Amino acid sequence: MAKMPTPEELLAATPASFPKEGWMDTKPDFHPGSYCYPAKTDALQKLGFENAHEWAPQEEDWNLPENWEEIIYNSLKDALEKHRSLKLFMDCCVRCGACADKCHFFIGTNDPKNMPVLRAELLRSVYRKDFTTAGRLLGKYAGARKLDPEVIKEWFIYFYQCTECRRCSLFCPYGIDTAEITVIVRQMLLDLGLGINWIMNSVKDCNETGNHLGIKPHSMKEIVEFLCDDIETITGIRIDPPWNEKGHEVVFITPSGDYFADPGVYTFMGYLMLFHEIGLDYTLSTYASEGGNFGSFVSFDVAKRLNAKMYAEAKRLGAKWILGGECGHMWRVVNQYMATYNGPADFLETPVSPITGTVFHNAAATKMVHIAEFTADLIKHNKLNLRPERNNHIITTWHDSCNPSRAMGILEEPRYVLKNVCNNFVEMPEHTIREETFCCGSGSGLNAEEIMDQRLRGGFPRANALRYVHDHNDVNWMACMCALDRAALPPLVDYWVPGVTVSGLHELVANALVMKGEIPRTMDLRQEDLPFPDEDPAEEA
Amino acid sequence: MTIAFAATLLILFVGWAGSALGLQYLFGVILPLVAGAVFIIGFVWKLVRWAKSPVPFAIPTVAGQQRSLDWIKPSRLECPWTTPAVLVRMLLEVFAFRSLFRNTRAERTVIDGTPRVTYFSNKWLWLFALLFHYGMLVIIIRHARFFLDPVPACIAVVEFVDGVFQIGAPRFYLTDAFILAGLAFLLLRRVVSERLRYISLPADWFALFLLIAIAVSGILMRYVCKVDINQVKEVIMGLATLHPVSPTGIGSIFFIHVTFVSVLLIYFPFSKLMHMGGVFMSPTRNMKCNTRQERHVNPWNPWAIDDPQANYHKYAEYEDDYRDAMVEAGLPVDKQPEA
Repeated sequence: MAKMPTPEELLAATPASFPKEGWMDTKPDFHPGSYCYPAKTDALQKLGFENAHEWAPQEEDWNLPENWEEIIYNSLKDALEKHRSLKLFMDCCVRCGACADKCHFFIGTNDPKNMPVLRAELLRSVYRKDFTTAGRLLGKYAGARKLDPEVIKEWFIYFYQCTECRRCSLFCPYGIDTAEITVIVRQMLLDLGLGINWIMNSVKDCNETGNHLGIKPHSMKEIVEFLCDDIETITGIRIDPPWNEKGHEVVFITPSGDYFADPGVYTFMGYLMLFHEIGLDYTLSTYASEGGNFGSFVSFDVAKRLNAKMYAEAKRLGAKWILGGECGHMWRVVNQYMATYNGPADFLETPVSPITGTVFHNAAATKMVHIAEFTADLIKHNKLNLRPERNNHIITTWHDSCNPSRAMGILEEPRYVLKNVCNNFVEMPEHTIREETFCCGSGSGLNAEEIMDQRLRGGFPRANALRYVHDHNDVNWMACMCALDRAALPPLVDYWVPGVTVSGLHELVANALVMKGEIPRTMDLRQEDLPFPDEDPAEEA
Repeated sequence: MTIAFAATLLILFVGWAGSALGLQYLFGVILPLVAGAVFIIGFVWKLVRWAKSPVPFAIPTVAGQQRSLDWIKPSRLECPWTTPAVLVRMLLEVFAFRSLFRNTRAERTVIDGTPRVTYFSNKWLWLFALLFHYGMLVIIIRHARFFLDPVPACIAVVEFVDGVFQIGAPRFYLTDAFILAGLAFLLLRRVVSERLRYISLPADWFALFLLIAIAVSGILMRYVCKVDINQVKEVIMGLATLHPVSPTGIGSIFFIHVTFVSVLLIYFPFSKLMHMGGVFMSPTRNMKCNTRQERHVNPWNPWAIDDPQANYHKYAEYEDDYRDAMVEAGLPVDKQPEA
């Protein structure tokens, strides 16, 4: 990472007012750090994008296909015919401006094109020109403009400066959902062969290897064995999770970030410890080793292809239902799209917790349960022996991830779990939590290193709320249930609010979980000394 | 803004000129009839145009706790999972502007030398938007007395309540003040706020100017340049029953008002004002939040997972790619490697 300005410098460098000229006359700024690296041609080709080509964002000429205007026209026409939402969102906006300061990128940058209304106008102006009579006849006076390569560049900058968090759609009087518009524009850009490497490489890897990180089956097994070694060190218990085995009741699928990246791995260890303790009859899968879905950020078609593996694998393995790990956008897809994309999943059964007998009627169609629901149910039924005192050095807050909040509504379950495993819980201020939660600034595949400046700005509202409880309530921990958050928030928090640790929910669960036959715990899952270790029975005697 | 203002003035001039040049029949009868037809046909055409595109995915914006475990209280209206609950959500949206009621204002400040953001509840837009829309609604209902003979009791009641303060003669209507206050606020914030100025298109100014012109010309006609109300009613009844009566002898202000209204009716279906119809169709508001419980069907879904044309990377292909390594790592395989 290049030398970063201090937080004060970063925000001082934010323009205080908007440009003098109108937005149609301002050009996007391409300097290193303002754009994501382009997707590699072979990655796009492997996924079947016909117009994949070599290009570079900072170059004047993007080598667009010869008939690029026609491609965009057809792509937009197709999207309008397929999505009522798009037609409505193009026609209904009254530009009341209620969405403007709801966007974390706008708050962090004061760039007018980061107001959701203007982000959408970037497409609307072209829509008016091509698809409305007024736009065709009156042009600029009807808010229409001609499509030119500068517009494509502007789309590339600003639709990769939206994290599809849908906070604006909550406040919009007509529910205009910028995430929908962003996905569609990214899809149109892909039709021109324009994508970003961070997303498309993950998509290609996920398609081939089963997960975004491109971990091959044998390596995956090995990685998890290392994690099991750590669990043994901490608890004295050896866990040997089943892989790709047929005939188990449950397939467990979680974002691949949890297998691999710090601090997600501690959450993953937490899952394994929990399953071992309750004796869950489950298997992991290397083929469906990805809960997340980077395809969902850019294309409905690609999202469906990646998502299909979950059901295909559950069916092949003869499982009864699917348990899903902690994630954000994964649950947007699972909750709102999965059954539609690849259902009906009538080869599976309505999920029933084998430990408590609770029937998850709310998952009757998808057959897929969120682990926070599952664990909350276990705790409610007193099935877990918990010692929250082990987490007494932690004063934690809860970061609601965008997608589980505004596309699912899983708000109380994680809080219930958290309060049962951690004695000190503090909420961040209102307007920054629950359905009004702020994105980490790196969602929708924007957690690429090369745009760190933009990510830090986008994460400023979240960090600001955390800063408040850090200053006022000595909060030193932020738990969350999004794998992207677990990757994106630690650098963000180190930058804006040093002294706060980021973790998943089940890391804290496993810290507190008293397992049958375990050794007295002296370390947490990160193998750091517990300030309040278990008493050693041997010493007592 | 200038263009929109000029366009509004032009309409004013045309309306005035129409009556001055003795084209009363054209402006008092033909124009409103055509406008009414354009409005109705255009409105329906727009709704049909929207409805022709399917809703492939269930994408409600969830604004509260989901229904999951029995002992967790779900938010029936913010995360509605039944049709009646969705209806209530929609009613709140349409009649109480629920989403706008959430509005907050983010303010960047500096505390102890470090940058911060603070959020304040901000209901002004909600309040004035309500004033304007309800003012408009009641005024439209009141106008029904020009179209109906005898005037139904319910309209008389609305009129009575609207003029309950009994100020002046003719009695001053509250809604006249509401609509002007609402429109003035909507216009002022567009002028004063840097953000609103920046995002405003000519169409945004035009809609406001047009509505203000309608309200002002209507108010002038009632309180200042009074016109013969009985004759007006005859003309309008003629329009309503499609037996037009010649509108000669009525003051110019009537024609100006009617011209403005006609332009609004013609303009309406092709403009952002169609949010009136759109709000009912928005999939982020009018869908059930039970997407894991009931499968939503996409009519253009390209394939099912077992279809031969399904183009995802299938398990068999995956195993072909990695079979040897999998066997070596002790992972089970469907097909044993060739010896």
